[in-house]
Amino acid sequence: MQPAIETQVIIAVALAAAVTYSLRLGGLLLASRFPRSGRFRKGMDALPGALLFSLVLPSIVAEGAWGLIAAAVTALVVLRSRNTLAAMLCGMLVIFLARRFS
Amino acid sequence: MKQRKPEFIRGARANVPVAASAMAYGSVLGVLASQKGLSWLDMMYMNTAVFAGAAQFVMVDMWSSHMPIFEMTLAVLVINLRYLLIGASLDPLFSGKRLLHKIGMMHLVADENWAVTMSEQRRGSASTWFLFGGGVFLYMAWSSGTLIGLLGGGFITRPEDYALDFAFTAVFTALAVGVWRGKSDVIPWVVAGGAALLTHHFLPGKWYIVAGGLAGALSAMIGPCEAEVDGEVEGEENAAGY
Repeated sequence: MQPAIETQVIIAVALAAAVTYSLRLGGLLLASRFPRSGRFRKGMDALPGALLFSLVLPSIVAEGAWGLIAAAVTALVVLRSRNTLAAMLCGMLVIFLARRFS
Repeated sequence: MKQRKPEFIRGARANVPVAASAMAYGSVLGVLASQKGLSWLDMMYMNTAVFAGAAQFVMVDMWSSHMPIFEMTLAVLVINLRYLLIGASLDPLFSGKRLLHKIGMMHLVADENWAVTMSEQRRGSASTWFLFGGGVFLYMAWSSGTLIGLLGGGFITRPEDYALDFAFTAVFTALAVGVWRGKSDVIPWVVAGGAALLTHHFLPGKWYIVAGGLAGALSAMIGPCEAEVDGEVEGEENAAGY
């Protein structure tokens, strides 16, 4: 494990980085040309929630019934306590117990 | 205008929970990376240059003595397509900022600090320095997590036994609850969820994130549009130059 990076690694990671950064900045710069009110705005306002929900739902469903229970517990804890860390740990605990004992 | 330093620190603080989860699944990535023979320098180079969790998982998975450079770049493009939408959703936060400010701040935007900033913005008090403070803190947590996994990989050989692989899902479920706006989100979320599940079932890779997000936003766009002043649209469009 000598601390030197191979040329092919430098290239592969640099390309991945360029693509990722272009998407990040590109989204922001394109959006400032979009209309700021009307139907388009409504869509953009709904986007964060829709994106986050799409990100998690398939992995929740993939865990089966216990995944749904874990997600419900996580949501309940964060609604009650406003503590994201506690909510995360409770959700993980449900999955941990489910995998160990079922 | 708000002060930079207090906003930066407030952003870092608000990201403590997501940073803890990033550290947890960062350690999972580190374990995988050690099995693939990455050095700590390879790992840090990737953490610093790419800084995107899901993409890094796929890159490590594709890692080999003969790097599949083209396939890897394409895979990263598909997985990170959501950043186009994430970037776009940050437009209101960045309105009125200079181009250089945008260029400097956007690199350290990850799912986590973006989501925390969005839920903070719902409460009306987010800023670009809040976002950036979260990004820097997250970068440190993510880097330590991956290095812990890489260098000390032996002690967690099966991270899934400890539900560490569920940390990501759990923390983002909590964040999704944080951006929930109430009744107006019912239709977009149902549509987004349905589209995500369908895409997840029928298409490989991470297309489901973009498909769900777009479908949800579109459903909000074509839904009932009450009390809309159409004349306003044109006027504001021109005033928005950046």
